[in-house]
Amino acid sequence: MTLSPSTPILSIITFLPLAGVVFIAMLNAEAVRNIRWVALWTTLITFAVSLLIWINFDTTNAGFQFVEERAWLGPFKYKMGVDGVSMLFVILTTFIMPFAILASWESIETNIKEYMIAFLALETLMIGVFSALDLMLFYLFFEGGLIPMFLIIGVWGGKRRVYASFKFFLYTLLGSVLMLVAMLAMYGHAGTTDIPTLMTTKFPADMQWWLWLAFFASFAVKMPMWPVHTWLPDAHVEAPTAGSVILAAILLKMGGYGFLRFSLPMFPLASHDLAPMVFALSVVAIVYTSLVALAQEDVKKLIAYSSVAHMGFVTMGIFTMTAQGLDGAIFQMLSHGLVSAALFLCVGVVYDRMHTREIAAYGGLVERMPLYAFCFMVFTMANVGLPGTSGFVGEFLTLLGAFKANTTVAAIATLGVILSAAYALYLYRRMIFGEMTKPKLKALEDLSPRELVILVPLVVLIIFFGVYPAPVLDVTAASVAKIVSNYETAISAAAQIAK
Amino acid sequence: MSALMSYAPLFPEILLAVGAMALLMLGAFQPETDGNAETISWLAVILMVIAAILVAQGSGTTETLFDGAYVNDAFARFMKILVLGGSAGALLMSAQFLRHAKMMKFELPVLVVLSTIGMMIMVSAGDLIALYLGLELMSLALYVLAAFRRDDVRSSEAGLKYFVLGALSSGMLLYGASLIYGFTGSTDFATIARVATSAEASNLGLIMGLVFLLVGLAFKVSAVPFHMWTPDVYEGSPTPITAFFAAAPKIAAMGLLIRVVAGALPGFVAQWQQIIIFLSIASMLLGAFAAIGQTNIKRLMAYSSIGNIGFALVGLAAGTQEGVEAVLIYLAIYLAMTLGVFACMLAMQRDGEPVEDIAELSGLWTHNGALAFVLATLMFSLAGIPPLAGFFGKLYVFKAAVDAGLLWLAVLGVVASVVAAFYYIRIIKVMYFDEARAAFSPAGKSVWAVMALSAAVVLLFVIAPATLIDAATAAAKAFKL
Repeated sequence: MTLSPSTPILSIITFLPLAGVVFIAMLNAEAVRNIRWVALWTTLITFAVSLLIWINFDTTNAGFQFVEERAWLGPFKYKMGVDGVSMLFVILTTFIMPFAILASWESIETNIKEYMIAFLALETLMIGVFSALDLMLFYLFFEGGLIPMFLIIGVWGGKRRVYASFKFFLYTLLGSVLMLVAMLAMYGHAGTTDIPTLMTTKFPADMQWWLWLAFFASFAVKMPMWPVHTWLPDAHVEAPTAGSVILAAILLKMGGYGFLRFSLPMFPLASHDLAPMVFALSVVAIVYTSLVALAQEDVKKLIAYSSVAHMGFVTMGIFTMTAQGLDGAIFQMLSHGLVSAALFLCVGVVYDRMHTREIAAYGGLVERMPLYAFCFMVFTMANVGLPGTSGFVGEFLTLLGAFKANTTVAAIATLGVILSAAYALYLYRRMIFGEMTKPKLKALEDLSPRELVILVPLVVLIIFFGVYPAPVLDVTAASVAKIVSNYETAISAAAQIAK
Repeated sequence: MSALMSYAPLFPEILLAVGAMALLMLGAFQPETDGNAETISWLAVILMVIAAILVAQGSGTTETLFDGAYVNDAFARFMKILVLGGSAGALLMSAQFLRHAKMMKFELPVLVVLSTIGMMIMVSAGDLIALYLGLELMSLALYVLAAFRRDDVRSSEAGLKYFVLGALSSGMLLYGASLIYGFTGSTDFATIARVATSAEASNLGLIMGLVFLLVGLAFKVSAVPFHMWTPDVYEGSPTPITAFFAAAPKIAAMGLLIRVVAGALPGFVAQWQQIIIFLSIASMLLGAFAAIGQTNIKRLMAYSSIGNIGFALVGLAAGTQEGVEAVLIYLAIYLAMTLGVFACMLAMQRDGEPVEDIAELSGLWTHNGALAFVLATLMFSLAGIPPLAGFFGKLYVFKAAVDAGLLWLAVLGVVASVVAAFYYIRIIKVMYFDEARAAFSPAGKSVWAVMALSAAVVLLFVIAPATLIDAATAAAKAFKL
């Protein structure tokens, strides 16, 4: 299906979930079945419409496509568009949402109407982040996502949900407001908040440093990078299953996307100078958080720390400033989106049955739940980065890029692969293999049809993209090449001036 | 007839003044019942709405009267509409509370109208005498209003505190005004602006006068460190009157501050900018930190309003036309949020008994979802989270500061904003995450009207912000900064 250039397809995709919100708001709070199905259909329709973008995407075009622009607030325009970097994140968002809705089907029993409204509002804001082409619009969507996530964690979360929601909110807010001041400074210097224009604006070197640091404050918290990662384990543990899925799969990617969209193209000199710092932090994240994950007794916390470690690969890949590194980082983010979503969904499956996240409460699940064990195995292997799964492609490319940039960093990061195998297999063994000694576990049922629907597509996709990553890599190639070449130009120009 | 028409810019004030007198007569000669007093309250609201329409329909040009003592320019019109909106909104939502507290007397709307006239003169002041005239007219009515609940010792305390400190600040303001008159030879703002050019910057007398004037005005605006009266007066006064205090007089006092520093002393930007920067930082920081420990929602809102004034002053501290525009946008959004929050507070009552403890909001979501939603929206907006309107107010003031080179002020501002966000989201946490307590009695229709309107403005501002922004830009053009 071809799209006419005048169709505001991105606005449609962004605000379709909001239409679902309006619809659900009009429903009676007791009509839970209706509410759930409306939410599910809304997310499925949004996904279907978003596939139109992929179908009509021109992979040879390194610039922005499906651009739409409208006047909004004086100098700030309502401008949307996607390029090779952001398009797949939009698809990831619309793809994961139905899974999140399905995962909440039976586990959320109170205030389902508000729950679905919060999730759909969150979907609008998340899609908006990846499609916005104006600084203020981006900021609006970026920050706006705090509200629904705060409520989701705080209302439907676990025992320490209040602490976790406050930590998440205030940590992220502090980083982001510093980014706001930087955006205002950029506007003052360049006279525009148009992102494509800003990507080619030359900022003076010392200004670039400050701007880069301010943006880094925001994206480092979002990713999260060590040492500002401490909000993530709490948020993941206390959030409901679907909340963790969305948090891990999509919200974390906004940090990486931010680095790719802002830090690299707009502040190349600062990125070049501060790359060693990012490498150091990435490597610490990879090694340290993997070790911490090894010591965890709570499944969700373990997966949370593993997320931090994988994001370490992403930041490392981004700041290698090579095509492989960037391609690998984007692929790693997409793959991690699928894998971590899948892992949290798996946790959700057993949590729904046993209502505990303690690893010690499980053991020998393969006896009663072989299908589950198989799915969990695929996801664990993808988490480790086994060739044949999508986890391998991303990690391998980022390590290739890192090897080009700095061999020490690459060497230490590769250690992280071993460590991730350690904690992942250790978790798997403790939960799935061994003797089933606990009496409560003996009554467990294997995956229900709904749970199969959630897990099997992810298994298929993870293996598919592990074996055939070309669809993804083709999309990102042109835009990544442009980022790299612009960066090289900027660095060599600065070197010329320095001479 | 043409002599009368030459007073055309003054028609809104004349209407209100004659109306106030008429309402006074009506009230004095009618039997003293709740019904009659409520009628007078409604009539006062209608009067203010008509006055607002008259202001909006006024000619689009700048007109001066009384040798420049009264100026009716785009800025004055903008501020008058805000002031009238604030007063009308506060009066509108007070009926249920007043009836129960046996405070439904006709003097209350009359005093509110008289105070509003004072405010309108303040924002149109083109002369130091007119400034003082409007200020005192507004303030005297406010002192009485603070003590309106005759059988409550806290209300009397609030009135007395307000009066003593207000009189003190008026005295200081007058002293500063007299110094400025002495050293410039005129009380007229335009003349002062001509004389007090930046060449005169070393004139100590003028600087002293400026300082005293600003101190007096800082009292009125409740900027730190002249804010001490605010928490006590806000807490002690009856809630609808607190709502009135937080809305209209604050805006009028800010308008007056802008008139004085930007209109009368544009040449002294370097001097007053330092003072305003100090006031703004102190207010933002105190407003952020001091409210964290509060358990009474009225006191918390008092500190929140101090913080908000701090943010508004950031725009003024920029010392540019863009800064003034930012302040105006901030004030308009602040008005909508404040009226909304106080309407929610008026809805917090059980059988007419007001409930002021924040802990009583626990689990409000479960038995009054609409009220919780409105209050949550307003709290997120006050915290400055997009896409709500409060974010745009902060965006504009920080943009003005950054454009004027005050980058560090903007950084301090955003950090203070994050600290303040803590207690705003704590209220949301209490409503949504905590166990439910006893429900509140249903609120009256007028309270709901104000709440709904306020929530609508805050939520939908992001879609259509242009009207306000354009009006503020036009208003700011009145100043040559």
